[in-house]
Amino acid sequence: MHPQTIAISVQDLSKKYDSRFAVSHANFEVPLGSICGFVGPNGAGKTTTIRMLLGLISPTGGSGQILGHSIADPDEYLKHVGAMIEGPAFYPALSGAENLHVLATLGGFSHERVSEVLTTVGLAERAQSKFKTYSLGMKQRLGIAAALLPSPKILILDEPTNGLDPEGIQEIRDLLRGLADKGTTVFVSSHLLSELEIISDYIVMLRKGEVVFAGPIQQLFEAQQPFILVRCEKSADLEKIVAIAIADGHKAHIQSGIAHIEGPADWAGTLNKKAFEAGIILTQLSPQLPNLEETFFEMTGDKK
Amino acid sequence: MIRVIRAEWRKLRRPTLFLGTVGAALFFTGLFTSLLFILIDSPRGNSDPENPVSREMLASVGGSVIGFSTVGSLLGIIAYCVFAAQTAQEYTYGTLRNLLVRQPGRLRLLAGKLISMKLFAIVMVLISGVLSLAISYFLAPSADVKTDAWFTSDGGIEILQAFINVSISVIGFGIFGMIMGLLLRSPISSIAIGVLWILIIENLLGAVRSSTLDWLPGSQLNAIALGGTPQVTYFHAMSLAGIYIAVGGLIAAVLFSRRDVAN
Repeated sequence: MHPQTIAISVQDLSKKYDSRFAVSHANFEVPLGSICGFVGPNGAGKTTTIRMLLGLISPTGGSGQILGHSIADPDEYLKHVGAMIEGPAFYPALSGAENLHVLATLGGFSHERVSEVLTTVGLAERAQSKFKTYSLGMKQRLGIAAALLPSPKILILDEPTNGLDPEGIQEIRDLLRGLADKGTTVFVSSHLLSELEIISDYIVMLRKGEVVFAGPIQQLFEAQQPFILVRCEKSADLEKIVAIAIADGHKAHIQSGIAHIEGPADWAGTLNKKAFEAGIILTQLSPQLPNLEETFFEMTGDKK
Repeated sequence: MIRVIRAEWRKLRRPTLFLGTVGAALFFTGLFTSLLFILIDSPRGNSDPENPVSREMLASVGGSVIGFSTVGSLLGIIAYCVFAAQTAQEYTYGTLRNLLVRQPGRLRLLAGKLISMKLFAIVMVLISGVLSLAISYFLAPSADVKTDAWFTSDGGIEILQAFINVSISVIGFGIFGMIMGLLLRSPISSIAIGVLWILIIENLLGAVRSSTLDWLPGSQLNAIALGGTPQVTYFHAMSLAGIYIAVGGLIAAVLFSRRDVAN
């Protein structure tokens, strides 16, 4: 990538606690204007990486740049960065609005901006309620509002949909998409892989502190083995379908009343024809690519 | 820096904290000042039994601020609690990470918070001072204390000196609170340990061996509020408290600027 098109890049970034690497020699780049999903199970090192990017903890090795500035000089780039790290943290005795006014004052942002971001996240009506009276979903929204205060060029969100109901998740998804469409780079971590699969253009996959994939999400899926799901009118015919697949050189097995056949989408037509010739009636024939969750387990070798 | 001061002030001015703190300060100020006059003829004394405050002392040029100076160390303990809580709660609430994202200059953040809390302490001292003077003025006639000397130019200087001394003492206690808050990162621990030390341990050590009062930090700050005591001179107290605060502040500042913010 051309340096001017990179929002975030890290080279051999590491954080070691005693003898354990929380993040080990991480290398990745995030293009400007993309939504980058930062994927990994709990304890993979996502939050540690984010804290290093925000200057909250010092790396024990490697380097990183945000908007071209070294992460060793957070003063240079944090004015363009909005972040919510490891859940929303605010003063319980202050209202939602007053909490944001504290941050707006500190960051030198206009106080009109507080009303704007509260409206954006749907909290305007409860702005004057104390933070301690908020539900988990409302706290999460306030955290996102705080991250939006600087009209950021880069938005870094750590598990932003925790505690949100499906409607709230959809709203946040739309909000992030809208921001990305306006040129904001969104770096969003989650252990909910299905969530990130929907919104991400780019994926950084972390496992036990190591980056196992970093690149466009399409590239990730294209590298994976496509498969075909088959259902038959008579379940006894599934064995015959598996036999046809194996005879044609494809791996296949039956799981929960569905035949899973590894093979490209265009082989589905051949299978359909052979099933018809064998007198088998198919009720489902679906060529599929693995989803992010399946790909993650495939790549990391972890069991689902 | 100005932005940090203003942001911190937004937190300090919230009614529960501001009114609660000033209310406590006014309560102790009112109580201690009133007792000086109300119990002036009491056989059990109106102050420390070993150092009762006589009618003549109250009528002297510095008589108007004896009550205010006496309550100085209690105002200091209140300031200690506020500074410690305001600092340590950033760790317990996890809000420090928000602050550092918006203001990555850690020492700038620390200095701004300190200046804001100092202003808070000065407001508290000022309000307490005014209340103490007012109570002294209104209770003096009933205690047969003459107030003529209070309103001379020397009396004015005494009032100004008392205000400065109590402010220095209160801010000193507050800085100790901030240092403890930074070191322990827990409001409860830093307040409990600090108050236990100032109110109980120092007094016990002083009772067992009075020479310890020459170097214990709470004793120095108390002496500053009183403008010096028979045992600890004002200059000694200022010097030693300054050294304690400088060393403690340096350690806390280094830790704060280098420590990972992992909660």
